[in-house]
Amino acid sequence: MKTRTTSTSKPGTDGPVADSLLKLGRFLRRGETSEDLRTVFKNGGRGADTFYRDRWTHDKEVRSTHGVNCTGSCSWKVYVKDGIITWETQQTDYPSVGPDSPEYEPRGCPRGAAFSWYTYSPTRVRYPYVRGVLLNLYREAKVRLGDPVLAWAEITGNPETARQYKSARGQGGLVRASWDEAAEIVAAAHVHTIKKYGPDRVVGFSPIPAMSIVSQGVGNRFISLLGGTMLSFYDWYADLPVASPQVFGDQTDVPESADWWNSSYLIMWGSNVPVTRTPDAHFMVEARYRGQKVITVSPDYADNSKFADEWLAVHPGTDGALALAMGHVILKEFMIDRRTPRFVEYMKKFSDSSYLIALTPRQDAWVPGKFLTADALPGTDASVSSAAFKTVMLDENAEPFVPNGSIGHRFSEADKGKWNLDLEGRDPLLSIADAPDYDGASVAIDLPRFDVTPDVGHDSPGEQHAGASGIVRRGVPVRLVAGVLVTTVFDLLLAQYGVGRPGLPGEWPTGYDDASTPGTPAWQEEITSVPWQAAARIGREFAQNAEDSEGRSMILMGAGTNHWFHSDTIYRAFLALTTMTGCQGVNGGGWAHYVGQEKVRPLTGYGQYAFGLDWVRPPRQMIGTGFFYLATDQWRYDGLSADTLASPLGTGIFKGRTTADTMVESAKRGWMPSYPTFNRNSLDLVDDAVAAGQEPAEYVVDSLKDGSLEFSCEDPDAPENFPRVLVVWRANVLGSSGKGNEYFLKHLLGAPSAVRAGESMPARRPKTMKWHESAPEGKLDLLVTSDFRMTSTTIYSDVVLPPATWYEKNDLSTTDMHPFIHSFNPAIAPPWQAKTDFDIFHVLAAKISEMSVTHLGVRQDLVAAPLSHDTPDGMATPHGIVLNDQPLIPGVTMPKLVVVERDYPAFAAQLGALGPLTEKLGMVTKGVKFNPDVEVAYLGKKNGLVPSGPAAGRPRLSTAIHACEMVLALSGTTNGRLGTQGFRQLEERTGVKLAQLASDNEGRRFSYPDVQGAPVPVLTSPEWSGSEHGGRRYSAFTINVEHLKPWHTLTGRQHFYLDHDWMIELGEQLPIFRPPLDMHRLFDDSIVGATTATGAPGAEGHAEVAVRYLTPHSKWSIHSEYQDNLLMLSLSRGGPTIWMSPQDADKIGVRDNEWIESYNRNGVVVARAIVSHRMPEGTVYMYHAKDRTINVPVAETSGMRGGTNNSLTRILLKPSHLIGGYAQLSFAFNYLGPTGNQRDEVTVIRRRSQKVDY
Amino acid sequence: MRVMAQMSMIMNLDKCIGCHTCSVTCKQVWTNRTGVEYAWFNNVETRPGIGYPREYENQEKWKGGWVRNKRGRLQLKAGGRLKKLSQIFNNPNLPQIDDYYEPWTYDYDMLTTAPAGTQSPVARPKSLLTGQDMDIKWSGNWDDNLGGSQETAAQDPILATMSEHVKMEFEETFMFYLPRICEHCLNPACVAACPSGAMYKREEDGIVLVDEDGCRGWRMCVSACPYKKVYFNHKTGKAEKCTLCYPLIEQGKPTICSETCVGRLRYLGLMLYDADAVLAAASIENDQDLLGAQRACFLDPFDPEVIAAAKAEGMADDWIEAAQNSPIYKLISEYEIALPLHPEYRTMPMVWYIPPLSPVVDVVSNSGSDGEDARTLFAAIDKLRIPVEYLAGLFSAGDVVPVELSLRKLAAMRAYMRDINLGNEPDERIPNAVGMTGEAITAMYRLLAIAKYEDRY
Repeated sequence: MKTRTTSTSKPGTDGPVADSLLKLGRFLRRGETSEDLRTVFKNGGRGADTFYRDRWTHDKEVRSTHGVNCTGSCSWKVYVKDGIITWETQQTDYPSVGPDSPEYEPRGCPRGAAFSWYTYSPTRVRYPYVRGVLLNLYREAKVRLGDPVLAWAEITGNPETARQYKSARGQGGLVRASWDEAAEIVAAAHVHTIKKYGPDRVVGFSPIPAMSIVSQGVGNRFISLLGGTMLSFYDWYADLPVASPQVFGDQTDVPESADWWNSSYLIMWGSNVPVTRTPDAHFMVEARYRGQKVITVSPDYADNSKFADEWLAVHPGTDGALALAMGHVILKEFMIDRRTPRFVEYMKKFSDSSYLIALTPRQDAWVPGKFLTADALPGTDASVSSAAFKTVMLDENAEPFVPNGSIGHRFSEADKGKWNLDLEGRDPLLSIADAPDYDGASVAIDLPRFDVTPDVGHDSPGEQHAGASGIVRRGVPVRLVAGVLVTTVFDLLLAQYGVGRPGLPGEWPTGYDDASTPGTPAWQEEITSVPWQAAARIGREFAQNAEDSEGRSMILMGAGTNHWFHSDTIYRAFLALTTMTGCQGVNGGGWAHYVGQEKVRPLTGYGQYAFGLDWVRPPRQMIGTGFFYLATDQWRYDGLSADTLASPLGTGIFKGRTTADTMVESAKRGWMPSYPTFNRNSLDLVDDAVAAGQEPAEYVVDSLKDGSLEFSCEDPDAPENFPRVLVVWRANVLGSSGKGNEYFLKHLLGAPSAVRAGESMPARRPKTMKWHESAPEGKLDLLVTSDFRMTSTTIYSDVVLPPATWYEKNDLSTTDMHPFIHSFNPAIAPPWQAKTDFDIFHVLAAKISEMSVTHLGVRQDLVAAPLSHDTPDGMATPHGIVLNDQPLIPGVTMPKLVVVERDYPAFAAQLGALGPLTEKLGMVTKGVKFNPDVEVAYLGKKNGLVPSGPAAGRPRLSTAIHACEMVLALSGTTNGRLGTQGFRQLEERTGVKLAQLASDNEGRRFSYPDVQGAPVPVLTSPEWSGSEHGGRRYSAFTINVEHLKPWHTLTGRQHFYLDHDWMIELGEQLPIFRPPLDMHRLFDDSIVGATTATGAPGAEGHAEVAVRYLTPHSKWSIHSEYQDNLLMLSLSRGGPTIWMSPQDADKIGVRDNEWIESYNRNGVVVARAIVSHRMPEGTVYMYHAKDRTINVPVAETSGMRGGTNNSLTRILLKPSHLIGGYAQLSFAFNYLGPTGNQRDEVTVIRRRSQKVDY
Repeated sequence: MRVMAQMSMIMNLDKCIGCHTCSVTCKQVWTNRTGVEYAWFNNVETRPGIGYPREYENQEKWKGGWVRNKRGRLQLKAGGRLKKLSQIFNNPNLPQIDDYYEPWTYDYDMLTTAPAGTQSPVARPKSLLTGQDMDIKWSGNWDDNLGGSQETAAQDPILATMSEHVKMEFEETFMFYLPRICEHCLNPACVAACPSGAMYKREEDGIVLVDEDGCRGWRMCVSACPYKKVYFNHKTGKAEKCTLCYPLIEQGKPTICSETCVGRLRYLGLMLYDADAVLAAASIENDQDLLGAQRACFLDPFDPEVIAAAKAEGMADDWIEAAQNSPIYKLISEYEIALPLHPEYRTMPMVWYIPPLSPVVDVVSNSGSDGEDARTLFAAIDKLRIPVEYLAGLFSAGDVVPVELSLRKLAAMRAYMRDINLGNEPDERIPNAVGMTGEAITAMYRLLAIAKYEDRY
């Protein structure tokens, strides 16, 4: 055959001519050509290799990490050559997880790997800057007046000069200043503000201490010692899962990522692990190889869906309905059809399921009311302490009894040893129907539902129940106990989930495929679009796996489901799943919430240092969301009626009131903190009280009564109530977290803005707040930011200070993702004029102290502090009954009033030394007291003593390393003596043996050099709810489950049921589905999917579409960090983008990479479209924290720079987040507070002119 | 038999999270300098997608790699070497900068130095090539996560070859990531195409390098490489490429991309092969036989004959030991779950891949079966969200059999280990069904899942 004749028997290349040429070439080449002439081989060590060898050589590798808000806490090697940082790669020296598990190495992500770009980049802030207008004004005034403080007073006091520099904010014109001059201006602003308006008008914002404990701590200490206000961030970021304090009485405590490996069934629910937990994702990926089943729930085909056995494409924000349906299946199949022993035992012991709830008659049925408590039982005499806080169960004989462990057992001397979960041999009834003598008694109960279509006629904005609600009638078995008609939480749970039992009245589903009544898989399908069979199957599998694996079913949840207005209800529905299947407190099981929390493992030492508790107690700590809501005047545009959110079964306590009114009420009752607190200077108040011959607290109460003193939150637009100085470091509040960005620009800063909304009409305005016809613009006198790169916050700041980067300082880092503590170290000294945060605050403090000698001196300061969690304050509101017209009693019906001394001339000395209160008063964390006498003496030797001055004889805190040593020495996680001591103290309280969890490490105490060497695993400590004892993986609540230590809740158990008046009014006693806010009905925004013309400027002739606007965490940045990094921009699309579906793109005639404008009542954003079929129709994503600094053109809609992702969002308050003074619903900093949710927003999008101007 | 050693890499795509850390660390260490701004020795592509440079796999366009000519001899696809020499001044198959992307930066300075004005300052994009304002229209990773899928899907060469039409629709979305470096081929087309003899394979470990002194900038290597993993430095006028981090490898350290891979999906190790067998294997007639042919070139490092031959070649004992401990040998030859990228290019690539299992089993589940059950899963492998045919287009010249076998082994491992995880009696029928034993599948599990540092490299 022809082909055969042309083929050679020996393989070869080309043909004979080429071969001969190549053979010739062999002799010209230095290498060896292969026999068959294909290729050239050479032996190693050739001279031409030197280029790459030289490039690889370096002088040293320095361990450091990235102080960024990402929970990574990854240890890195930073390479230095010729004194220049060249690049970084991950450390791989984490202590081993053990032979049968993957390790933590390497930890890091592309963002972190790109960090060194910043060091020498053109966006690096190299020198102090001040806006030119301000600097000129200041210099002129200072020359004339000869005093910085007087100069500042004049510039800010004169409306004309104040307007001049405030209106110039953000519009360029920054000029270099010397460190001395910049620090002087900042110090003068502080001193003047404290003197004229009060210290609580000085405000600090710096989030997430764990990401660089001392850098955050030093500024926090600075603000706290001044008497200034530190803003919370966890709730403000909407990352705080309010469900956690509600259910667990705990802020957040979750498993380390290596514990995912122990799970055999993992649902990733609104958490895109490969993107947002990049260094941890492998544990999930690898656990699949152990047979772990993986489910993802996400509206889009998110990155993690690649790993999923099943992907449930849920409609955004409806996850709660899916979780309820899964719970329906679990309760029916595992608790009713068959009683799964493990689940039953767990529910009785570790949840509130068996507790009795009193029913209240309402019309022709009943509604669930309050927990039955010991004071209702016959024979309870008045001597039983806290009887109203001791909740009641029925035992196996249906006799009522008071089990140990409720909050009523927690604090009193009489109940010492009874704060535990020991049921002492009793087997409580889960259901009333389980009683041996149950006679079939039952009643109909009414439950709210919020998933119904609004009635016709109820569709004008703001009208009552415009969010749509209804009532569903179900039934529960009942019993009279002490004359009260009661049922159990478990019985209510079954009713709420629609799980019927024979003989009960009410409306019950006929099966899983019955969509007519809430709770079923078919019901959720209509809401979520997830097929009902899938919902049922996955619910069943989740529970079956929990039974088979003894609790190793896990839900890994995150921002996708947590950033909604009603996310507390979504999360409670998730937590119900992990609790009813007995997964909470089990390695490999339970909730795994990851967004924003970044655990400060050495918590107690951090608190002492950062809050300045060694010198002055208490510090001023404010709910960030509440602060910004008032300070940026978003309350003037909001007008959300609290009653709109209420249950149709409510009693009308929110009637006629806005959510803003509920915040004012919360502040006045002392539930939530409120700073600035009063409309008078808190320093003057004490002087005035003395002048009036009264005790300050008494004086304040009298002045409030006679109206001569008011809360600032009642009139936030009065100049005396403005926050005046805002200090921002390690943060980009304007370019990242600032929901309602345009309102910030307009009212807080007085800069040009693109706010498009109108202010609320009179009928919708808060009733308890003063309305000024003209809203203030430019409330803030000074915005000072320390940042090493230029952001929205720096470009709008009056003064910009140049800090060291993360490769230029000493500090500590921890996270909840891994159990190690490790260090930052300087690879180079801070270049140009950069200083570490530590040094910056010490420079400012010295200036302030100097100016204070003449302007402030030593003053008495009246601090109004809220009722606190983990203290007897949690018993201020028996039964959560909110009474009106109560006498003003500080610490009970209003904030606590505490007078403290502020020695301003000694301020700098205090900042740099450990004060006496630490050993004098001890340290309290989550109710556990530590006595660090030995440690304070040790620190005196380790750090040395201050030789002279106001802090003479105290241990020095004059370097960042000193501060690190203090944090390490004073925390149970890093000092085994304190951990053991804390457990011993807890043993007395609980009567349970606990010290063995720490005592084998009693002699271990880490110092800074230990954590410089390698990451060090922390020790088990009562500061946290889990145990690392014996080298196990950390998981939350294992101490509670294994050692019967109560949760910090009303019952001491995990709560399905919440009985505070406001929870009942909102209809949220039990897990329930609440859909995303209907922004059309509430605020007249466009309806999702509408293509009607809006008439927005420039929109004429363009097709428009209204879409749900979500802002998930980005692949190419960590918040706004790295989104300006050239490497990240080169790997993405080089600027702000909005992802949309092909269907939505078609509606407005836009193609991939074309420019679009997106606008709603809050503002406008310009971006490019990314069109992809992985997006669902009707929803767009603008990945979170796209700053206005990179490739953002001018918007046609506003004529201004096209905004940030937060130009389209704003703040909305949920009243249930404002409850305080009642068991687990009590304030703690970053623990409880209104969240700055941002997922319910709707926007309109259109294609714009493709010619853009900058 | 001529025993040679090849330093090789395997990436387990099933574990890849698409984070691009490898790309960044590689770029930071090797190419963040003038002349190679656009070059990513390591890049990560979303598939389906068109890759970097655009459509590099379309050899009808670029003419990379080798073809078997009518006489059964191998020749460079762009034409015989004589033709190459004749076109030395006019290389017709060279990608232009826009096929990669025009690199850019921003006028970041403006953020600090902008004078007082009426808008907040902004940093506009500027071309790194011309210094002028530019409009960003493409990047090295433009279609990441299916971005712009409507515009680009039609240009994915693999989709074009599939018999079944893949719809770009929400419900049927699938994607996975393909990280790529130089393949350090046993039969490198770039080396063969270099008119200056400046490209070579290192004798001791097979790393393919450019002799920077010898390179004359003809760029024939750029064209000849079917993976487009040789880049032209427009400043120095020389070719540059992935060096498999030889300065680190020589110190016994893993490559940058491997050590910094947080997905922990990269393995490095030596493979012994018979250099005399390579050309015949690369010349085998049928494209789909190339995988088997290449596997047949590899030598068993435990075989006394191979050891003797290696020693006769002067190979050191520790080198042979390294080949015996190589995870690469286990994954390619023992477990046979790793596959080469585009064997049909006939360059005998030495960076292999474990295909992504990612069994989104809703197809199975919707039909009422338990998608997790191993037997069901086996039956459903051809119904996976990622079409097997697509993977075969990448890893086995279109032959679905090796891809299916690899995926079945991964699925079997999951099913087998689940029983152990839950404390049940392991079911030996599961590994047997894929031709393995429980012991072997457990060993494979430890290598893939637990994957300690010392076991990966």
